[in-house]
Amino acid sequence: MSRYNLRAENLHLWRGDRHVLKGVSLSANPGEVLQLTGVNGAGKTTLLRALCGLAHPEQGRVLWAGRDVRADLAGFHAVTIYLGHEAPLKPDLTARENLRFWIGLRRPLTATELDSALAETTATTFADRPVRTLSAGQKRRVALAGLLLCRAPLWLLDEPTTNLDTAGQALVSRLVSAHAAAGNLVIAAVHQGLQVEAHRLNRFELAA
Amino acid sequence: MNALRLVLMRDLMLAVRRPEHCVHPLAFFLLVTTLFPLAISPQLSQLRLIAPGVLWVAALLSALLALEFLFRDDAADGTLEQYALSGQSLTWLLLAKTAAHWLLTGLPLALVAPLAGAALGVPVSAFPGITATLGLGSLALSLIGSIGAALTLGVRRGGVLLSILVLPLVVPVLIFGSQATTLAIRGEAVAAPMELLGAIVVLAVTLAPLAAAAAVRISLE
Amino acid sequence: MTWTWFHRLGSPPYVYRLAGRLMPWFAWSAALVILLGLFDGLVIAPADYQQGDGFRIIYVHVPAAWLSLMIYTWMGVAAGVGLIWRIKVAHAVAAACAPVGASFTAVALATGSLFGKPMWGTYWVWDPRLTSELLLLFLYLGYMGLRSSFDDLQRADRASAVLAVVGIVNVPIVKYSVVWWNSLHQGSSLSLAGKDTIATPMLIPLLVSMLGFTLFFAAVVLVRLQGEVLRRERSATWVREALA
Repeated sequence: MSRYNLRAENLHLWRGDRHVLKGVSLSANPGEVLQLTGVNGAGKTTLLRALCGLAHPEQGRVLWAGRDVRADLAGFHAVTIYLGHEAPLKPDLTARENLRFWIGLRRPLTATELDSALAETTATTFADRPVRTLSAGQKRRVALAGLLLCRAPLWLLDEPTTNLDTAGQALVSRLVSAHAAAGNLVIAAVHQGLQVEAHRLNRFELAA
Repeated sequence: MNALRLVLMRDLMLAVRRPEHCVHPLAFFLLVTTLFPLAISPQLSQLRLIAPGVLWVAALLSALLALEFLFRDDAADGTLEQYALSGQSLTWLLLAKTAAHWLLTGLPLALVAPLAGAALGVPVSAFPGITATLGLGSLALSLIGSIGAALTLGVRRGGVLLSILVLPLVVPVLIFGSQATTLAIRGEAVAAPMELLGAIVVLAVTLAPLAAAAAVRISLE
Repeated sequence: MTWTWFHRLGSPPYVYRLAGRLMPWFAWSAALVILLGLFDGLVIAPADYQQGDGFRIIYVHVPAAWLSLMIYTWMGVAAGVGLIWRIKVAHAVAAACAPVGASFTAVALATGSLFGKPMWGTYWVWDPRLTSELLLLFLYLGYMGLRSSFDDLQRADRASAVLAVVGIVNVPIVKYSVVWWNSLHQGSSLSLAGKDTIATPMLIPLLVSMLGFTLFFAAVVLVRLQGEVLRRERSATWVREALA
């Protein structure tokens, strides 16, 4: 449950000569899903990386609960999870081991928690296989289990539905809705396939 | 603390699943030391004189080889990104990673170094000294090298550049380390150069992870 | 306490114009002082009773060696400022310094080895000064190599800045270790400019020549700084106006 909101004020970011973020301002409130849209190259990934503090905008700031996230980046990261294009999984470890090391960095995990998260994303059957042997969609499901386990109120998702079949896309929609319904925030760059109740969904269009 | 243990455990486990990253530099080390008798002379009395230099230069080159893999895979699969976003101190996590790297490459190298030493005519009495000096020295190499490994993330063909960056930085380690090994082979007291080497390790433990963390963050921007 | 000067120095157009205005002053005074120092050193100063006229190379060698270290320090400080406060101009200063510092290091090495031939009978000895100068050259080359291996100027700036700061910490340790190493192996007795005493008629031209070289460095860096600032700001409107 989060009582806090995320606000970005006038973010400007250059990549070399390219002015990628041209004064982006947005805000997301608890219980809300903010869908980032825009053509390829509009800067959705850059915006997400700026929001989570990886990229450093030349101008503007990101506020969490009204405070600049740069003031306490570690504290902000403790309540945030960012999931990029690729699931951050080691090919040579099993799905379960991966989750134990990845999410274990953030909080202690019990075996039952792990099992129930894997069950929820229907990843139980391949949880003990090395990730190297999993398909892209199966890896995605493991990453989604990590999302559930980390208990971060703020989710920043970059194309969470890529590589997923229809059932997988429905699963993402369900997880995102439930997360928002519990009073948390989701900001996701998604092109298609995100089904969320209309009253929760806000759209933010990034101009190219 | 728990996070550091996890990072360490994870890297050790990965090394068990994929041992070649640790085995190859070790094989390289033994190979290079074998080249010297072939290139110079098979006379042990002659080889004994150059043994410290050979051991150290080979250790340095093998350490550079291993350093290339220190962060590369973790950068490629997004693990470093998640470390930076974990809410834990990236500096400490990288220190744990570097410690794992030393356990997997530096320590084994120090343990097999007497073998290479024996082939160069080093007396058995000097074996503990060789392991101790190379063990401490390789710790300094791993720490200082972690800065170079982090700086060359995302650079095409970063291996050569890594050597150019790291070699001038580790000259003091080479000087003190090979002197300590020389003394150990002669059967003299190694305290003076070992203390200097220890001082470098202390300085490197405090500063290198900070610099490496800054470099990793830059590579993620 | 007011910080406006600090902020103004962070503004690229201001620094560009300031560098352009200051450059001629440094350039002309450098030419004057170097001529004075070299004339005094090469013509007026007496020959060394031991080393003859060969010692006169110190009027180039010592200033070059002194600048090689000073520029590295400058570079590290500028890089650190750029890294901490995210100031583009500071990175531009560091970038402008590196090749100049590397060149002076190369000059110090070349003159040192030329001096070695008449003094030691060989072009290269592992004298502690020459050795640390050589390692300094490698540090410069590493810095420039890292800088040139990134396509993105911003990343090049920040990554090389980390290396420059690490180098600053490292330089004294390298220096100490090389001196220690040399003392173990009985270094050469005749060291280049390593004598504790130097006669006043020889010292004055040396100091003058060091000042002249420093002024010359300032002039060169200001020119290069203008270029580096332009490179970083090439899409800004003030650049188009300045170059119009």
